[in-house]
Amino acid sequence: MTINQLSVFIENKEGKLADLTSSLAREGVDIRAMSVADTQDFGILRLIVNDTDRAVNVLKESGCIVSVTQVLAVSLEDTPGSLAKVMRILSDNHISVEYVYAFITRRQEGAYVVFRVADNQAAAELLSSHGVKLATKQDIDAI
Amino acid sequence: MSHYFQPEIETAPVEQLRAMQSERLVKTVKHVYENVPLYRERMDAAGIKPEDITCADDLYKLPFTYKQDLRDTYPYGMMAVPMTDVVELHASSGTTGKQIVVGYTENDLKSWADIVARQLYAIGAGKDDYIHVSYGYGLFTGGFGLHLGAQRVGATTIPVSSGNTPRQITILKDFGSTVLCCTPSYALYIGETLEQMGLTPDDISLKAGIFGAEPWTEGMRRDIEKKLGIKAYDIYGLTEIMGPGVAFECEEQTGMHVNEDHFIVEVIDPDTGKVLPEGEEGEIVFSCITKEAFPLLRYRTRDIGVLTRKACSCGRTFVKMSKPRGRTDDMLIIRGVNVFPSQIETVLIQQGYSANYQLIVDRVNNTDTLEVRVEMSADIFSDTMRNISKKEHELKEALKSLLGLSAKVTLVEPQTIERSIGKAVRVIDNRKLHDN
Repeated sequence: MTINQLSVFIENKEGKLADLTSSLAREGVDIRAMSVADTQDFGILRLIVNDTDRAVNVLKESGCIVSVTQVLAVSLEDTPGSLAKVMRILSDNHISVEYVYAFITRRQEGAYVVFRVADNQAAAELLSSHGVKLATKQDIDAI
Repeated sequence: MSHYFQPEIETAPVEQLRAMQSERLVKTVKHVYENVPLYRERMDAAGIKPEDITCADDLYKLPFTYKQDLRDTYPYGMMAVPMTDVVELHASSGTTGKQIVVGYTENDLKSWADIVARQLYAIGAGKDDYIHVSYGYGLFTGGFGLHLGAQRVGATTIPVSSGNTPRQITILKDFGSTVLCCTPSYALYIGETLEQMGLTPDDISLKAGIFGAEPWTEGMRRDIEKKLGIKAYDIYGLTEIMGPGVAFECEEQTGMHVNEDHFIVEVIDPDTGKVLPEGEEGEIVFSCITKEAFPLLRYRTRDIGVLTRKACSCGRTFVKMSKPRGRTDDMLIIRGVNVFPSQIETVLIQQGYSANYQLIVDRVNNTDTLEVRVEMSADIFSDTMRNISKKEHELKEALKSLLGLSAKVTLVEPQTIERSIGKAVRVIDNRKLHDN
């Protein structure tokens, strides 16, 4: 029902993202999706990867602060209105979204939208009851 | 159970200690008057003859000795014995100015070994221990001081010296070190490196640590204890007086016993020079009463602390001094407010931040600014900006209520604030307050 997301603390400094992504690349970690939230001084890099454990180890070894969070990934048709429908369901049921980001894939017809909400279980049940398809860890691995 | 290295002295009745101090002070005053030109001049100028000092209670009559005096008489002007009797020299790091050099006779080294041995016994260490000395060996007194004490109790001494942290950890593991001696900031760094190498305190055999040479807080103590799985003890000393071991902590961990058979400690008002009663905070002043080569009288340490004679559960009768709250020269005046870095450190640790921080003081448009740079820790980090901002806000509020002024908080990545192998650099003051 939920998938693993890595969050990494990064300072706003030249070369930070380059260093970090290079270390992941060296260890063969494949990045499925990413987003960055930033302030003037630092940012939070959020990643969905093919091998969470390995990525955590690589990042910790290079001295990063990393946390793993369970997030919801909704599988949508890549057509106008499909995201709006999901957002409406959440909004009508007073589920607030902390952050959200989307990614599309080459092999599958469709897009994924990652949601961070306070109560994963409640949101997942709600969306499923409205026929919204949630991506599983296996789905993400299969990308 | 308490262990004493020299029980007859460490638990002597206070009156007996006082009598011993009187006798030794009288002897030392005569010794420096006859052999150190600076003391003779100062005492003559103040109209004091050695005969005027008849007991420890007369100490207040003597003039103070300042660090500047040691610089002015550099290198050998304060030696009270011929250099042929000096068997070892040490020097201060010179971080706050010109370096100073101190000397020891064979007897001085023996006294030094004894007082460090008392520290080791006081924390339950002894001949069965493997004492890992990560203080720098060299002119700095840290390495050799702990080394002497470790040898004195017959422990297995491991003179690793400082630096190369992964190698320190290999040695901790492979040699089975049981007691670690270094600066508290380095102990913390060793703890972090251990974690980073994927190891836990269970992978090493350390049971205790003796840390000193820089100010540290109770919060930092708990942090070190957790990271290394040990009990962390404070040792106090300064090169000018002897080196580490002038005062030492016992298992009670509530302050450091001053080795009163070798030193007389006073707390004074730094502005008026008046001796303050027990329990009042002020500048700590030491007088050496057994040293032969470099016996300083009423030396102004610049450390701010408190003394207490309250009975200690360890049974020692030596007066206890608090962990120095800071140094008179560490104190920052920011927008007219007195700020000690240790106060900020206490807040950081209370709020779950790391003890690795740096204060950056500047003056912008004639107003002082304070920036607290602190490393992000796993306890504070979150995947949502809202949680991090909330923590940041709480820290700012806590600093504001403590200091009465607003500070900018900057969160930085772990291991990016420079680690010192010796003393940590906590303050960068970019204000141009002097014309030179």
